[in-house]
Amino acid sequence: MAEAPAHAPKAAAPTGPPDPPPPAGVTAPAYIASLQAAVPGSVTKVSYWLGDWTLVVPAALILQAAQHLRDAADAAFDFCSDVTATDWPPRAEGRFDVIYCLYSTRHRHRVRLKVILGEQQPLASVTGVWPAANWLEREVYDMFGVGFTGHPDRRRILMPEDWQGFPQRKDYPLEGPGELLLENPLEWLKLRQSREQADIE
Amino acid sequence: MEAPVIHHGAMFDTNELVLNMGPQHPSTHGVLRVVLRLDGEKVVDADVVIGYLHRGIEKLSENRNWTQIILLTDRMDYVAAATNNVGYCETVEKLLSLEVPRRARYIRTILCELQRIASHCLWVGTHAMDIGAMTVFLYAFRERELILDLFEEMCGARLTYNSMRVGGLPQDIPPGWDKKVLEFCTIMAAKIDEYEELLTHNRIWLERTKGIGVISGQTATALGLSGPPLRGSGVAKDVRKDEPYAAYDEMQFDVPVGTAGDTYDRYLVRMEEFKQSLRIIRQATEGLPEGPIVGKVPRLIKPPAGETYHAIESPKGELGYFIVSDGKSTNPYRFRVRPPSFCNLQGLRTLIKGHLVADVVALIGSLDVVLGEVDR
Repeated sequence: MAEAPAHAPKAAAPTGPPDPPPPAGVTAPAYIASLQAAVPGSVTKVSYWLGDWTLVVPAALILQAAQHLRDAADAAFDFCSDVTATDWPPRAEGRFDVIYCLYSTRHRHRVRLKVILGEQQPLASVTGVWPAANWLEREVYDMFGVGFTGHPDRRRILMPEDWQGFPQRKDYPLEGPGELLLENPLEWLKLRQSREQADIE
Repeated sequence: MEAPVIHHGAMFDTNELVLNMGPQHPSTHGVLRVVLRLDGEKVVDADVVIGYLHRGIEKLSENRNWTQIILLTDRMDYVAAATNNVGYCETVEKLLSLEVPRRARYIRTILCELQRIASHCLWVGTHAMDIGAMTVFLYAFRERELILDLFEEMCGARLTYNSMRVGGLPQDIPPGWDKKVLEFCTIMAAKIDEYEELLTHNRIWLERTKGIGVISGQTATALGLSGPPLRGSGVAKDVRKDEPYAAYDEMQFDVPVGTAGDTYDRYLVRMEEFKQSLRIIRQATEGLPEGPIVGKVPRLIKPPAGETYHAIESPKGELGYFIVSDGKSTNPYRFRVRPPSFCNLQGLRTLIKGHLVADVVALIGSLDVVLGEVDR
């Protein structure tokens, strides 16, 4: 019987949403072109699915892109409705998608910004652009461990201050870590690795 | 015998006092903790601490199948559970590109608006009681009871309804239910005047709410407030009008907005919303079309891979669902709720700076937060 590779996952884990490009008949709104002109290199991918526009923005340019989208007259995204993240552990470009859902109270349109981020990679906070992002970014930090730089109040928000680990990550067990993680994280890690090993065998 | 030491100036101590309010405090409507820094009776700064009711609904939902999640959404905003159900089911329908029959969309609209009235009844009662008017509480809960009875007849439960299914409704309305809804509308229209008689021109109410927690439309938008707290500041943002869902595109109604952006204007906006909700319920019940109540739902719900965000107008504000499907498993890969109460509560710190301790309870009430939704 052929031996499975030691670290092969049990089932192929997904490596990110497909983010399809806009179909031929759909014209992109004007603010995308003006964002690309104002902040060169700020949009690496434009995606359209089910009527939602998604722009993939490099982590280094998120603050400039956010500033432009808020202030430009044709975009006017003055309402940051949500900041959240998705965890795709096996993905090569980076583990996290940080997603900004924006809305314009003037033009009544929506857009999503997406930043692909590595595990240890910091991300500039957009709290200065939209104060609404303050608690939302705290929640992303609390649940995923994304390190925001320049955040005025980077504390956990829903979990207790001394909590170990980040619950919304895909490798965090649903039933919780149990007492061992809280008391001795290193032992907990060893136990989990041995269990995973047993599962594979 | 030694003379007692007298500390001169102790009476005029200018040190800031830290006062812990909650998490077990009746006016915080649940388990909200506010750490206040006081100068005398004035609030200098406040730290809003949440998380006491965190149950991990997002994580739990990522391990349940698409149908099992509906009843988890009940447990978020538990005073308007049907609205949460509608928001979730519509997001999944968007992922599946599923057509919902017109009759189902009409019944959803009726249920959503009944929930808005029930939620506002609870708000007006508790908000007034926080400020000291006991009678309104008893009045408002009397009418809320009528709505709970209607819901009990419709889906068997009084608080957590589980009243929606992906693609439509679990069952049609019981015979004669629409007549009862219209009867309720007639009763309720008269009762709103009763509340207004007690509060709108009441001198104590005016003193306690006018000019308290003033916030401009621009600041409110930047802070992410939505629903009545945003409309009270004059920004006419209402998802029902801007991005119509259910059957709102076929309904005639107005979006009330305030001008001053204070607690009184937020009160007036919600009182007007009562009347607009009744208007919508009447239109939807009288024009209720015949037809099926469930669309062409696949036996196994498994949306194609992709992600979407869908927002609806809950009684508290913009309730958004961001759901990612990986296209392979029978549960969502990522389930995220944008809770309106969470984002509205964020504005509390800005609102209460410079006000008195007694106004803190008025402002918490005025934002109308439900901690089940804040913490999820």
